[in-house]
Amino acid sequence: MSSERADNHIIGYGTLTAVWVALLVLTALTVWVSRHTPGIGHVWGSLAIAAAKGGLVIAFFMHMRYEGRLLRWLLFLALVTLVIFIGLTFFDVLYR
Amino acid sequence: MEPTDLTPPPAGSFWNDTGRSGITSWIFSTDHKRIGLLYFYSVFGFFLVGVLLGLLIRIELMAPGRTIMGPQAYNALFTVHGVVMVFLFIIPGFQGSFGNLVMPIQIGARDVAFPRLNLFSWWLYMAGAVIILTSLFTGGGPPDTGWTFYVPFSERTGTNVSLAVFGVFIVGFSSIITGVNFVTTIHRLRAEGMTWGRLPLFVWSLYATAWVQILATPILGITLVLIMAERILGTGLFDPSRGGDPLMYQHLFWIYSHPAVYIMILPAMGVISDIIPVFARKPIFGYRMIVFSSLAIAAAGSLVWGHHMFTSGMSDIAILVFSFLTFIVAIPSAIKVFNWVSTLYRGSISLEAPMLFALSFILLFSIGGLTGLILGAAATDIHVHDTHFVVGHFHYVIFGGSGFAFFGAMHYWLPKFYGRRYAEKPAVIAWALMFVGFNILYFSMMVLGLKGMPRRYYDYLPEFAPLNLTSTIGSWILAAGLVLLLVNLFRGLRHGERVGSNPWGGATLEWSIPTPPPTENFAEEPVVTHGPYDFRGAGIP
Ligand code: HEM
Ligand SMILES: [Cu+2]
Repeated sequence: MSSERADNHIIGYGTLTAVWVALLVLTALTVWVSRHTPGIGHVWGSLAIAAAKGGLVIAFFMHMRYEGRLLRWLLFLALVTLVIFIGLTFFDVLYR
Repeated sequence: MEPTDLTPPPAGSFWNDTGRSGITSWIFSTDHKRIGLLYFYSVFGFFLVGVLLGLLIRIELMAPGRTIMGPQAYNALFTVHGVVMVFLFIIPGFQGSFGNLVMPIQIGARDVAFPRLNLFSWWLYMAGAVIILTSLFTGGGPPDTGWTFYVPFSERTGTNVSLAVFGVFIVGFSSIITGVNFVTTIHRLRAEGMTWGRLPLFVWSLYATAWVQILATPILGITLVLIMAERILGTGLFDPSRGGDPLMYQHLFWIYSHPAVYIMILPAMGVISDIIPVFARKPIFGYRMIVFSSLAIAAAGSLVWGHHMFTSGMSDIAILVFSFLTFIVAIPSAIKVFNWVSTLYRGSISLEAPMLFALSFILLFSIGGLTGLILGAAATDIHVHDTHFVVGHFHYVIFGGSGFAFFGAMHYWLPKFYGRRYAEKPAVIAWALMFVGFNILYFSMMVLGLKGMPRRYYDYLPEFAPLNLTSTIGSWILAAGLVLLLVNLFRGLRHGERVGSNPWGGATLEWSIPTPPPTENFAEEPVVTHGPYDFRGAGIP
């Protein structure tokens, strides 16, 4: 299966540092958004930024960018499950 | 069926052939069979503890008023009974013991994909168990919240909830690790010719279960950490006076704990699907549909947790949605029952102990499943919620279902690993006692629930007395059967008649290697040429 190849992929310090800096910038952005966006907007803003940060961590720190299709699908499955779990609770929270 | 040959076990069997000696050859072994037996004796030990606690509960309920203990002791008792049975027996039970013992052999592998992780999972399990046991004797004493640890009570009670919850948290990690290990093993270590369509149904059920373990258990972990945060840091997450939401706890808890009932029942269904064709001497009916229904149960079963919350103040829309989804899950479960019955149809059935347990599984699980629909329909659930009807219902599923399948698996597979077998007649008598006792014990409880007796109460109105006494007597009949089963089985495994490599005439791979299995299972990697229930292809008459 295709995921074997990727086992010994090595990511350079340059890339790792760049991702780290990007994460820090996004964190600062979260703080900024929470102060300067009116109303409920900052919740959506923060969620979007958090998703982007999670994506970076998964792609680089967790090597998913270099993995085979099978592993990506498996991760995707886990995320979809989480979305469904959270989504279903909204049948309760939104209509209570 | 007679044992086919009477030669002594080969020298290379996994019993003799190890580098270490004494206890360390077990607790540091990475051999899946040794870990399987470690798990087996651990979970079975906790099962016996749980049974003892269950019998004590029943003695207290034998007559109205105080019988042998006060209300606080009673609360602790049913809590510890539930925690031990759920988290220390039935959730790790099948995967840890029979999953480890037979799954790698059934797919033609030498071991699981990560043998050391496998051992680590047992160690985590034991560490969690020790922490749970410690919680009973330290701090404010044994937890008294029920196994569900509902807020707000679990935040306020002075008993040792924090430590118990931490123990369950650790056990959860062991479950996740086993799940990862099994998914990887089944994907990567199948022998040549062991296609997905030739996997034994027990392996398929372990595969579906492993996914549930991986995806759902982290949510239990988070939930338990939140209880600790509430108790220790006072975060107010579930406290409405500080903007929290108590129902959120119930959502989080059941998002794990409903799928957890499939962790308990799916492997049991797998065992039954493996036993029935062998003792009906017929290929399984509808292999694909059984596989499909395992996966469908695992997937759809993850979406129904709200049916535990119909009376909790959840929104009406949510009640509608969760009630509907619950009915959907009944479909794949019924598919399995139909397939088993169709396999039996016109088979040449031999009623030996494993088969008797399998057949009673079908009946008891069907009763448990159908009463589950009464609870899944919001309208009827309002009447029976939190009564003894619920207690009867879930014992039919997890004890009459999973528990009886576990006993069936013990009689079916343990002789393979010990090289000796139990005596048939006492095994049948033990089964009969357990079956009769079980129904007296729990059917009475269901009737009591319909009459309005609530669960988790140490006392009751006088009109409930006769049925409670009946139920308690049933528990003694069940216990008598269990004692006979234990004595007969374990004596047989030590001193009984020797068995050959294939005592039952099964066509799956574990029956093709010597008894007891050699350390690395297969002298050379097998090439699989027939399906798991293709008796003719396996050359079995
Ligand atoms: C001899 C065997 C057993 C007996 C006599 C027994 C008896 C009972 C009784 C009477 C209760 C209800 C207590 C109450 O609500 O006041 C109960 C609860 C429970 N039992 Fe059993 N039981 C047995 C075996 C099992 C098994 C094998 C399992 C699971 C594998 C199990 C799991 C549970 C759970 C989860 C609860 C709920 C505890 C709670 O309310 O928090 N029991 N049992
Ligand atoms: Cu449920």
